Amino acid sequence: MSVVFQKTPYLTDKPFHYCPGCNHGIIHRIVAECLEESGMEGNIVGVAPVGCSVFAYDYFNVDMMEAAHGRAPAVATGIKRAKPDSLVFTYQGDGDLASIGTAEIVHAAHRGEKITTIFVNNAIYGMTGGQMAPTTLIGQITTTSPYGRDEAWCGAPIKMSEMLAEIPDSYYIERCAVNNNANIIKTKNAIKKAFKYQMEGKGFCMIEVLSACPTNWGLNPVEAMKWLEENMIPYYPLGVKKDKGAE
Amino acid sequence: MALTLMKGSEAIAEAAIRAGARFFFGYPITPQTEIPEYMSARMPEIGGCYLQAESEVAAINMVYGAAGTGARVITSSSSPGVSLKQEGISYCAGARLPCVILNVMRGGPGLGSIQASQGDYFQAVKGGGNGDYHLITYAPSSIQEAIDIMQFAYDKAEKYRVPVLFLADGIMCQMMEPVEMPPMKEYKVDPEKKPWAATGWKPGDDPEKRAVINSLFINTEELSVHNDILQAGYAQIRANEKMWECYKTEDADFIITAFGTVARIAKSAADSMRKEGIKVGVFRPITVWPFPYEELKEATKNCKAILDVEANEGQMLEDVKLAVLGSKPTEYFGHCGSLMPSTTEIIAKIHEMMKEGK
Repeated sequence: MSVVFQKTPYLTDKPFHYCPGCNHGIIHRIVAECLEESGMEGNIVGVAPVGCSVFAYDYFNVDMMEAAHGRAPAVATGIKRAKPDSLVFTYQGDGDLASIGTAEIVHAAHRGEKITTIFVNNAIYGMTGGQMAPTTLIGQITTTSPYGRDEAWCGAPIKMSEMLAEIPDSYYIERCAVNNNANIIKTKNAIKKAFKYQMEGKGFCMIEVLSACPTNWGLNPVEAMKWLEENMIPYYPLGVKKDKGAE
Repeated sequence: MALTLMKGSEAIAEAAIRAGARFFFGYPITPQTEIPEYMSARMPEIGGCYLQAESEVAAINMVYGAAGTGARVITSSSSPGVSLKQEGISYCAGARLPCVILNVMRGGPGLGSIQASQGDYFQAVKGGGNGDYHLITYAPSSIQEAIDIMQFAYDKAEKYRVPVLFLADGIMCQMMEPVEMPPMKEYKVDPEKKPWAATGWKPGDDPEKRAVINSLFINTEELSVHNDILQAGYAQIRANEKMWECYKTEDADFIITAFGTVARIAKSAADSMRKEGIKVGVFRPITVWPFPYEELKEATKNCKAILDVEANEGQMLEDVKLAVLGSKPTEYFGHCGSLMPSTTEIIAKIHEMMKEGK
């Protein structure tokens, strides 16, 4: 019998703790496959965030560091400066990256730090049980916006990819989703390209991936994916926000 | 060996480089800005890395990342900036990352002043960040002593896998003294000596050797075991790493306790009083954590009274009292803010104590 598909060895055998219908599992697999295909075997360091993917160090089968909430880009900076020939990536959610860690992500991009950030945006704080995030949509009900997010009080959701694309020394920024097979393939290609740019010493790359959170959105997995398509994608348009390599 | 006249900040920075530090992450803040300035010029010369972070928060997390690869890393700041670093320091302690942190203390609380102070003693030795942890904390009282301690600071940090803190003050960094610089040490990460570090691992290698730099143990039993490991290390440090100086304490009737630059003022006061025929000595902890409790008790066993002198409201006083446990009258003199206690004031205080029959 011939093997036609197998799990990448860049994921450990530890079962994911993620909720049913959560997209972290798909995104983890794509990232791990890209690590395998990067050709950087034995020379990869990942940085895990605080949030739902806090245990990413248990899943990605490479050297890993767990960062304080929001600080992953600073930790990755320290790693990359000490090991400039390594492939260094951070894996962060929207609470981590778009709220408490805005200074760290903005300045990693500003310095043109040669790292890759995987930014998983599900418009909510998942791990703490569904609180409003800076990325929460207008009118979206969460445990800390029980009447729906009101722009007058909370501002409009922050678009990190567009913001970081404006920074002179960010190199490649793309927003993706994993809501269908075509988009999964696009996401994988984007991450592959980001790793390639990093290995070429090009500069800061971030791939934002829109992700469903059925548990905290109060929807079943099918409804959640539909909600993502009907609400998140229109506000957070998919596509390349900046690609200096293509210019 | 020739002595060179050097400014404290530059001498301490150079000493760290001579001890193998090749990575500096920091942020400008008075009165230690000459350290990053010096590093920004010096690191490129020796193939090291100087990086001006966006904040002290980011700087200490860069330290975390670089130290996690096994490199010798340093950051420096002053009181308000060190407060910002406390989160990262706690994470370094929790993840058992060796590194060196300099606190060039200035007056507080809040923005305080930019002049020297000792107001961060509690922060340094009683906590600072969250959780049960300690830092080996050196309080040098001369530039030469800071240089000399720096030469073994990384060895201690790596032996026990703890961050090392230098608790200095603005005077130490701003003054100039003749110093002797040690030879340059090249440091290369040895994965055998640092099996915990992210030095390269691939699927198929021994899973036990995959680096996971982490302070999260969601299972309480596992966290308890992790804390036991930390505490066992602290017990070893307490047993092996205490440093202190006894200055004319042997026959002293009055013993002044003081640390850092204030101890130098205390020594001058002791010398003046000895000229008057009053036997005064100085006990100076060099490590303020671990604090030399037993050694202080032993040194003060024949004296009449203790005077604790600090440039704060009497923070080390609590440890001095713990050391002698009420066996000797123990007084305090000092100033908060950035006012340094003077020899005249110390002498007057001891005369006052003598009048009171202490």
